[in-house]
Amino acid sequence: MIKIRKNDFILIGVILLVSLTLLIIFKLNSKQGSFVTVSVDGKVTEAYSLNNDFEKLIETNNKNYTNYLIVRDGVAFISEANCPDKICVAHRGIKSEGETIVCLPHKLVIAITDSQ
Amino acid sequence: MSKTRKTAFLGLLASLSIVLSYVEMLLPPIYPSVPGVKIGLANIVSLLLIYKFSVKDTVMVTLIRLLTVSLLFGNFMTLVYSVAGAFLSILIMLMLKKTNLFSTLGVSIAGAVSHNLGQIIVAILIMQTVEIGYYMIVLLITGTLSGTVIGISANLTLKYTNKFKK
Repeated sequence: MIKIRKNDFILIGVILLVSLTLLIIFKLNSKQGSFVTVSVDGKVTEAYSLNNDFEKLIETNNKNYTNYLIVRDGVAFISEANCPDKICVAHRGIKSEGETIVCLPHKLVIAITDSQ
Repeated sequence: MSKTRKTAFLGLLASLSIVLSYVEMLLPPIYPSVPGVKIGLANIVSLLLIYKFSVKDTVMVTLIRLLTVSLLFGNFMTLVYSVAGAFLSILIMLMLKKTNLFSTLGVSIAGAVSHNLGQIIVAILIMQTVEIGYYMIVLLITGTLSGTVIGISANLTLKYTNKFKK
């Protein structure tokens, strides 16, 4: 049979407790954000208010990389992108402060912030 | 185990881990909105190496796997991410094994979680954004699950490969 020791369960418990604590901390700190910022390579390049609906094509790396950002009803999401993994497109919309959509291949971060 | 036998066996393990990494790439993403959620099949080989071979052998086989997989199927960035994940994972697993407090299950879970942690740290450094740390909440839970699956597989693998004792 498979050998399992008591310490293994303690380890699992500790890991789950850590993730629960992190989740609670993030949830407690989250409030409706008012701006959406676009960062490329760690530098904020664009910032918009979340109050107005808009659509914006983000072109980076000499227009080789494209991500299509949509803000609708205070929720920001990426509808289309030409990155290989499409993780940013699959990501659910973000609206709370501190939430992000990351496009690793394009070094692009869409983040919700409180101030501009 | 004779030197020739050991070399052959390590070569076999290296190719096995490369094939497992490739098979994993063919699978659809388990949780598409968070990068890094995967089963980590190649970790079965890492556990086998940690339990049956020396630290040097473990590091060498892992290096061969990372270089080959990145050269064949990835790019420079995948190499950076996988090196960070794999080596933090191996370091933690070797340390936990040394303490003798955990079975392969615990060692495997710690390995899976620290693999995710290593990649998140590199992502934070490259992207210069701390917010990516938010992914760690999901990765802690999925890492525990995949670590359990791999830990049980490795446990059985070790049991059936006992005849390959040094």
